[in-house]
Amino acid sequence: MEDFVYAETDPAELARYREEVEAWMGENMPRSDPANPWHAIQDDDDRSTRNRELQRRLYDGGYAAVCYPKEYGGQSLTVAHQKIVDEASMDFDMPILFSVPTLSICGPTILEFGTEEQKQRYIPAWIRGDELWVQFMSEPSGGSDMAGALTRADRDGDAFIINGSKIWSTFAQRSDYALMLARTNWEVPKHRGLTMFIVPIHHPDIEIHTIKMADRTEEFCQEFFNDVIIPAENVLGDVDDGWTVASRLLFHERAAVGNASPYTQGRYRSRSAGGVRDLAAIALDRRGAEAGRHRQGLGHVETLVRVEELLSDRVVKGIEGGFLPAPAGSLVRLFHGLARNERHTVGLDVQGDSALVWNQGEPTGAFGMEYVQRQQGCIGGGTTEMARNIISERVLGMPREPAADRDLPFNQVPRSG
Amino acid sequence: MRFDLSDDQEFFRETTRRFIETEAPVSVVREWHDHPDGCPPSWWRAAAELGWTSLMVPESLGGGSISGRPIVDLTIVADEMGRGVTPGPFMPTNAVADTLGRSGSSDQQALLEGVMAGEVVLGWAFCEPGGDWAATRLATEAAPADGGYVLSGTKTAVEAGAQAHHLLVTAQSPEGLAQFLVPSDVGGLTITPQESLDLGRRFAEVRLDNVLVGAEALVGAPGAATVADVERQCQVMVVLQCADSAGSADRVLEFTAEYAFDRYSFGRPLASYQALKHRFADMKMWSEASQAAADAAADALADANDEARMVSVAKSYVGDRSVEIMQDCVQLHGGIGVTWEHDLHLYLRRATVNRGLFGTPADHRECLSELLGY
Repeated sequence: MEDFVYAETDPAELARYREEVEAWMGENMPRSDPANPWHAIQDDDDRSTRNRELQRRLYDGGYAAVCYPKEYGGQSLTVAHQKIVDEASMDFDMPILFSVPTLSICGPTILEFGTEEQKQRYIPAWIRGDELWVQFMSEPSGGSDMAGALTRADRDGDAFIINGSKIWSTFAQRSDYALMLARTNWEVPKHRGLTMFIVPIHHPDIEIHTIKMADRTEEFCQEFFNDVIIPAENVLGDVDDGWTVASRLLFHERAAVGNASPYTQGRYRSRSAGGVRDLAAIALDRRGAEAGRHRQGLGHVETLVRVEELLSDRVVKGIEGGFLPAPAGSLVRLFHGLARNERHTVGLDVQGDSALVWNQGEPTGAFGMEYVQRQQGCIGGGTTEMARNIISERVLGMPREPAADRDLPFNQVPRSG
Repeated sequence: MRFDLSDDQEFFRETTRRFIETEAPVSVVREWHDHPDGCPPSWWRAAAELGWTSLMVPESLGGGSISGRPIVDLTIVADEMGRGVTPGPFMPTNAVADTLGRSGSSDQQALLEGVMAGEVVLGWAFCEPGGDWAATRLATEAAPADGGYVLSGTKTAVEAGAQAHHLLVTAQSPEGLAQFLVPSDVGGLTITPQESLDLGRRFAEVRLDNVLVGAEALVGAPGAATVADVERQCQVMVVLQCADSAGSADRVLEFTAEYAFDRYSFGRPLASYQALKHRFADMKMWSEASQAAADAAADALADANDEARMVSVAKSYVGDRSVEIMQDCVQLHGGIGVTWEHDLHLYLRRATVNRGLFGTPADHRECLSELLGY
């Protein structure tokens, strides 16, 4: 995906743009309450509707999908412009739900592999806020081994019949479309028998269950496909060449998760690990501030937050300039996961006892809960272990892990259960 | 290594690397460890000819940078020196030259010609025994006397102290913080070479026993102006340290990865073991992040944009990660990694010194916390 622009832009033009965006945000987007960001509201229609509405506002203002080509509803501007929009929007409610995966993962994959018809049909609809997308990639049988998908798509004339199950799709019950990887050929090794499909989620033969997480949220879903009929025109890329598409999708996912994607929009601001400044303010309010007991922790978090951004910029530049291979995006993903862990740990300590035990109705427990769910950041979007495999094998060129299933026809590959 | 070098900067980088590889390869650097100055003066003059000591000197005084951002150009050298564990009075000479170029009298600036030729070495007598790098807590005094000053106190870890022809001495005066440029042969000055973990660079203790200097020895005006000069000198030193350590760590990671490809155990190269591959992945991430942080600190200082924060971010990150990468590389080498014969310890010694001088990572985290208002 090379059509976005990293080119240096005139600083005066960027300064003008910043002024324009800041003024527009102030007049058009709702100011958010940092202590209680609205997107922490749980999974209900309200959240989905609000996201669609906010996305529409951004679109009407000309600040949606800044790096997307104009012909599909974007702005054809540079990453520097998108960053300005992100920075200017920090204090406002943003349609975060559209950012990942719709705009930053599914989007660039369709830009890359979609037919002109598919692009015209789907891209403007999500940029306008009409349609939300999710990914149907992982399966209950295995998270990291995506190419080992067991969901089957059997050809039937001009259509495919889908059977199987997908899991860990975010907010699928409130979304409209999904990119789905399914097996179309069982006689060939696993990477060569997959196909990528565009699937309408609210299909009578798709059953969606939400998964209750340890923090009681129910964002993630599992889907069951019972003879779901999908027209062949919904194939993205070529039949049996779905792994090529999936590899690029994973690339975009790593970029999005690692804060290195030109297509994300707005920034997620968690209650506890939001800004370092917020954390410093909380530390000041807490007893023990005089003793400066959190100085090291705050300095450490400030370091990590800054370095993460710097690393992300360096990797983007490095890939663009040919100094680093494209899989170097995983460096940012790995840094992000590990740094986030440390941020949550410091956040927990700064909030102290009130993160552990709190009066009814007080929001401080979020710090404790986010700490308990801390590892999510090292699991979702490809685990940090997979990132380490990718870095060592595809950035440093070390030998690949032995795979017992590499050249075996998939129907002969041993599997669990 | 930066990814945004212009053609001219890239040419400078290549020239610098080639000069180090041919004139001061690690095998030669090892021989120089027995040299009292850490390197032959003739070699330092050759390095100066390449521009190592003229980038920070203003054009009006005969110097000049490549890109118009002197400190950024200088980190190109620092990065390559780190990669080669290259000795030489590079950091203090440049930090002091920078201040002389900004705040020095015309007599003091006249010295810069010799500096640029590699004939005059400059040292900075700043840190004090038991001190903590805070300019506000210096014990060295400058007492006014006979229209000049009497300097007394003890300075430690003065890099190139015994090689320097002139020392910049930072002291407390009744008018506030003050700096004096004194010739190293002035009466009352005792310079004693010190031992150091770093086998390449040289350090000395400088004792000032009622050293009498004229008012013309003052560099800039005592008080606020000098506080700003000292702050900038510290920032220049830290930026150079970070570039040096980031370059060093990246080089160590490079040859350790090569070792992992070449070294077989149980019939497989070390690089094929997932437990080790994952550690290499972490180190690669730390190394790229260290370089990103070091470069950002140089940029911030060059552009005077949030430099106090970015310098502390860099030191807090690079200071720790560079030595952790190296320690891990020692571990991955096994027994050979802790021997005298292997080059690893040369890098680790140097990065450990960089880590601690001009503030430990913990000191810089404190600074960051203060900048956050806590």
